[in-house]
Amino acid sequence: MEPWEEDGPEVVKRFMYVNRKAPYGTIYALECLEVVLIAAAFDQDVSVVFADDGVFQIKKNQDTTAIGMKNFSNTYRALDDYDVEKIYVEQESLDARGLTADDLIIPVEVLNAESLSEIMAQQDVVISS
Amino acid sequence: MTTMLHLVNKSPFERNNLDSCLRLAKSGSAVLLLEDGVFAAMNNAAYADAVKGRMGDLKFYVLGPDVSARGLDDTPLIDGINVVDYGGFVDLVAEHDVAQSWL
Amino acid sequence: MKIGILVNEGPFTHQASDSAYRFAEAAIAKGHEVARVFFYNDGVNNSNKLSEPQSDDRNLVALWAALGKEHGIDLVVCIAAALRRGIKEEVLKDGFRISGLGQLVEAGIENDRLVVFGD
Repeated sequence: MEPWEEDGPEVVKRFMYVNRKAPYGTIYALECLEVVLIAAAFDQDVSVVFADDGVFQIKKNQDTTAIGMKNFSNTYRALDDYDVEKIYVEQESLDARGLTADDLIIPVEVLNAESLSEIMAQQDVVISS
Repeated sequence: MTTMLHLVNKSPFERNNLDSCLRLAKSGSAVLLLEDGVFAAMNNAAYADAVKGRMGDLKFYVLGPDVSARGLDDTPLIDGINVVDYGGFVDLVAEHDVAQSWL
Repeated sequence: MKIGILVNEGPFTHQASDSAYRFAEAAIAKGHEVARVFFYNDGVNNSNKLSEPQSDDRNLVALWAALGKEHGIDLVVCIAAALRRGIKEEVLKDGFRISGLGQLVEAGIENDRLVVFGD
């Protein structure tokens, strides 16, 4: 900590939000996104992970017209406006699903499992849904 | 480096929670199997090898009340998995810096 | 130690609420402080006082309310998740309160641990 930060009123914790479920089939993706958008206002260190079927949350070209549900995939684009910049996607999860970073609606940092596990192990709070 | 407790509450026969946990859990972490996650602790079941493969660098625990509830008190668990009760679950949470649930 | 709890599933369909309840009870018995339990996703249904399980079954809504009352636990139901599911003041069990998602983030900041129970 720098000397001028010592009087900072807030404890900054590292919060990681882990998404492992696809959108639409269940509500977890949407409601986790709602948490992240609120969390961004708290001046904590926020990161978001997409792994396993969670990578489908940020797949390009979602069109929900015919299922009658709200397409919230564009909202992920707002994460940048909320200063949520640490967005990690697990390489192995993309590979297993035949996807690459080009298939995703937002720019992300693609990490292999080993690198992602290092970052996970540095968190103070891990919230999964 | 923080120490982590991983919580796995789904059967490995039904979901990939255990697979993902084992893929992403760092050496030295602990894993508590609870609810339907306890099926991963059965010594004679197909998932035993996945757990045994990580017994060298992860510590495994299983929640006893969930084992008993599922009729597994008469069924061998993997050697070296520690059985804990809810109090032991609380101790594990307290002893590790972060609890991560693999939902 | 201060321990926060997040419950993401309602009573009965999933074991999550039962596990969280047993965990909270054990944590308190060990001398830890459970300052807040936050109910999110279908977890908001744990606060519905119209829940009426059969007489030989556990009543999770009542159990949470009683534990909260006895130990001063702040039982917070997420407003956005609650409104979607028809949980409003008029069906809210005494002891629960409806508030925003900020209360979850705050629980993560203020507690030494946050334990998540879900599906």
